[in-house]
Amino acid sequence: MDSWILTAVTFVPLLGAVIAMAMPNDDELHKRWALAVSLVAFGLGIAMLFDFNYDQAGQLQWVVDEPWIDVIGAGYTLGVDGMSLPLIALTVLVMPLVFLYSWSHIPSPGNTKSFLILMLILETGMIGTFVAQDLILFFVFFEVVLLPMFFMIAVWGGDDRRYASLKFFLYTLFGSALMLLGFLALFFLAKDPVTGEFLRTFDMRELTDTAGAGIARSSQLLIFGGMFIGFGVKVPMFPFHTWLPDAHTQAPTQGSVILAAVLLKLGTYGFIRISIPMLPEAAEAWAPVIGLLAVIGIIYGALGCLAQTDMKRLIAFSSVAHMGFVMLGISTLTDFGINAAIFGMVAHGLITGMLFFIAGSVKDRYHTLEIGRLGGMLIQAPRLGWILGFTSMASLGLPGLAGFWGEFPAILSAYQPANGLPVETFRGYMVVAAVGTVLAAGYLLWLLQRTAMGEPPEEFANDPEIVDVTPLEWVSWTPFLLLIVLFGVAPGLIFEVTDPAVVESLNNCLQFENGCDGVADATTAALGG
Amino acid sequence: MIAQLDSTVARPEITWDGLLPILTLGVGALLLVLFRSLMKQLPKAAADQAVPVIGGVTVIAMWVVGGFAGTDVPLAGLRDGLGDPVFFLGLLIMVGLGGWFAQYLRLSVDAALTVMIGLTSLAATWGVWTDRYEIDGAFGLVGDQLGADGFSLVITGVIASAIVLVALLLDDYLEREGMAGADMYVLMLFSGAGGAVMASANDLIVLFLALETLSIAVYVMAAMHMRRSESQEAGLKYFVLGAFSSAFLLYGIALTYGAVGSTNLIVIADFLEQNRLVEDGLLMAGMAMLLVGLGFKVAAAPFHAWTPDVYQGAPTPVVAFMASAVKAAGFAALVRVFVTTFADHADDWQPAVYALAILTLVVGSFMAIVQRDAKRMLAYSSISHAGFILVGVQAASNEGVSSVLFYAVAYTFLVIGSFGVLSIVSGEGDRGTSLDHLDGLSTRRPALALALTVFLLAQAGVPLTSGFVAKFAVIGAAVEARSYWLAIAAMVTAVVSAFLYLRIILSMYLGQAEDDAPTIRVPRAAGLAIIVALVITVGFGLVPGELDDITRDAIPVLIAAG
Repeated sequence: MDSWILTAVTFVPLLGAVIAMAMPNDDELHKRWALAVSLVAFGLGIAMLFDFNYDQAGQLQWVVDEPWIDVIGAGYTLGVDGMSLPLIALTVLVMPLVFLYSWSHIPSPGNTKSFLILMLILETGMIGTFVAQDLILFFVFFEVVLLPMFFMIAVWGGDDRRYASLKFFLYTLFGSALMLLGFLALFFLAKDPVTGEFLRTFDMRELTDTAGAGIARSSQLLIFGGMFIGFGVKVPMFPFHTWLPDAHTQAPTQGSVILAAVLLKLGTYGFIRISIPMLPEAAEAWAPVIGLLAVIGIIYGALGCLAQTDMKRLIAFSSVAHMGFVMLGISTLTDFGINAAIFGMVAHGLITGMLFFIAGSVKDRYHTLEIGRLGGMLIQAPRLGWILGFTSMASLGLPGLAGFWGEFPAILSAYQPANGLPVETFRGYMVVAAVGTVLAAGYLLWLLQRTAMGEPPEEFANDPEIVDVTPLEWVSWTPFLLLIVLFGVAPGLIFEVTDPAVVESLNNCLQFENGCDGVADATTAALGG
Repeated sequence: MIAQLDSTVARPEITWDGLLPILTLGVGALLLVLFRSLMKQLPKAAADQAVPVIGGVTVIAMWVVGGFAGTDVPLAGLRDGLGDPVFFLGLLIMVGLGGWFAQYLRLSVDAALTVMIGLTSLAATWGVWTDRYEIDGAFGLVGDQLGADGFSLVITGVIASAIVLVALLLDDYLEREGMAGADMYVLMLFSGAGGAVMASANDLIVLFLALETLSIAVYVMAAMHMRRSESQEAGLKYFVLGAFSSAFLLYGIALTYGAVGSTNLIVIADFLEQNRLVEDGLLMAGMAMLLVGLGFKVAAAPFHAWTPDVYQGAPTPVVAFMASAVKAAGFAALVRVFVTTFADHADDWQPAVYALAILTLVVGSFMAIVQRDAKRMLAYSSISHAGFILVGVQAASNEGVSSVLFYAVAYTFLVIGSFGVLSIVSGEGDRGTSLDHLDGLSTRRPALALALTVFLLAQAGVPLTSGFVAKFAVIGAAVEARSYWLAIAAMVTAVVSAFLYLRIILSMYLGQAEDDAPTIRVPRAAGLAIIVALVITVGFGLVPGELDDITRDAIPVLIAAG
């Protein structure tokens, strides 16, 4: 297979959206079309999974390198390695399922055509971000994601949608503004380590190779800081997280699912693809801060969950906690930690995406998500209740399900962070994070108890609208449930793909005397990978 | 006596063909006045006949004038062109299309003539650019009082494009407001000619005269709406403050003359390059005054106070012209005087521009978000855009200048598009400009809502629009000049302004239109102007390479013909 596949998988959804704009305003037609387009992208994704050279997972594959805007040195550069492949696969998998779900769940005020077109554009933005190997291209895709989501929340959202959508947009825009400054500074400051000449390039591969050589330490710290805010808002990390609960709560179900499953990963992906490999020295300096914010996020998110009365808001806060685990893994700057982080990203995408689907279905049936008013789901809609139970278990990190492999190794990795990082501090973080898992079990089980157990409350006891899982829901949910089990039983499926790429990306750290080296080998062995 | 003078004073080299872009605008304005004063009332039938003819003539005029502007031996080229049957046929078809198109747009005679003049000037600019500038480099005009360099050519092109698009907007507007007539167009052409001279001026006195030509015409344009007191007020305010700022400028010129001994930019630049002033107080004061004077024109804070009132009061298409062409000319003068002429004193003026830029960005973006009126919002947002362009000026580098140009070009189309939509939506008497009037525009006129959304997102600097590339270029220049804090301030205020644009967008998509809201009629000509602006905005966003090449080739130089 040639390099066309990356261009194809990225732009098929956009092309579909453009064609859809020209199609007549027939809802059924648009649903079919959007599903078909996303299935084509899914097919291309599957083809990529088969064609990917797993022995060379650390190298970029299907590289495209074409000029784009010559004068500013931005190129149309694409490529995929083991770090981005799982995330692309996740994206192309989630989208058809979301379109399938949309078959009978178009949120008010309707206008199916625009809704589906926005989601197709969104898909291009997400895939593009994962395949871009040029900072400007990356930034463009990163921003392209923003607009469709903004409109999805603003037009199809809940009662408070105006506020939530503005907040979402402004937070992210603020972050990306600083991120762009960081990119520009990299462009102007990065030097070739051998010749000492200015590179003047946005090519991520070259910038990764130079790894910040020749940039003054103070500048490195600032540049990293700019990107940190950009990516940190997207993750979201404490204290930039406050847009998330609002956005999630107000967004339509599809929006929440995409937000949780893929959008949040753009931030963490930025850390492992751009910030850390390109500026390892600054990453080392920032790591304790990132770790601290991560564990604050874990605890804060968990406490936030315990205080929620709205099911969707609770799930949103649990995202803050889960992304805290991911960031903790990243902050260790070890192969082990970052592998765990990528696994955590995929697992969180599947599990939390699934939870938002359930929340959407609950809302459809009960017309409320207030936990206090729900109850007895296991009696009225037993299968729905069981799926909620299963997903909650996965979310709290039950061994044997996918969530475990994201959380546990991330905590473990904090025991032995990369050389040069303060070991005691990180061990402290480890302990706090471990407490976070207990809290997670607490809020999830409590949620389950209040909504699924017990007798159905009177107001819903004889409500005919409360039915069990519909066939359509089964079709769009089963892949999630199966993958949660599959990755729980065989985590190596992901670790083996990501590990070579992660090791490769951390190679730069080895250049520094007390860099983030070493543990890579030990941890690879520990994973049995 | 006269013969004696004739022999002693060297005859200045006019270079008529290189002057054609500017000449077309100025002479076009005169001809339009002449034509309309000779034929006060054109019979309806004659007018209907005239419009397609004008459309056809436009094509020929563009070809002939563009050809003259470009080549030294134009007549031979024209003869060859006409001798080639394929080309001749093509020309005929184009003439026919031009005529049909003018008819289709239902233009009035005045608007059609103005569009013709604007397009011809654009063609002349293109001719000068491709066949003279790109081959031989910059050259002097009118005895080196003016200079045709890439920079002035691009600005002239911007002004000519603005004239064309605004004329398309004005056509229906004037009809709607009962102001039909040639006066507005004539004033606009004069003003544009002044702006083009300003961008090419090689002498401070020429610059001042051009600035006055530009401004006085615009003062009157702002006050043209006889039945709206706001319009009168806007004109008066603009006039008083503008005259005030002209005085500053003139005083600055005088002080600079005192310090350097010439008003000629070339002489000044040479002098400052070769001499270091022991006492430079006079020069500093002169530069400060010049900065204040030009700061007024480009609406930089703290000299921006006139902008919101004038923008709100003036007829909307006139505002589009003020925000595009007038602003571009103002920045052209700023770049010419400061970046190019005072290049050796950059250390002295850069901090001042730095401060102005930050203040302008902050005032523009923060004041904008508390407004309730869309026109006023866009007025403040134009202030914050001015701040962005100042960031590029502050860099005082070739990158900075080309980013200024890119921004000016991109912003011209953005702002004409935005005000164009507002002009259509606001209805008779420009009454409906408050945010409430935009409520539910997406259901009333989805296409207009989409167009305004794109323009506003571009103003916010969202990727894949020209606004992003423009902001990127400016910030890039600032980062390269190591003005990190300025770059950060610019980005942060850009986010603040984004809030404002989103508010307008949300009104359009989430607001409910009142049931008795008047239907919105989209005139064809204005629709075309909006479509053109839209295509350019998105086009430069997707493939900015071309424009970027042009702006990089268009570095201003002070050139004296040998």
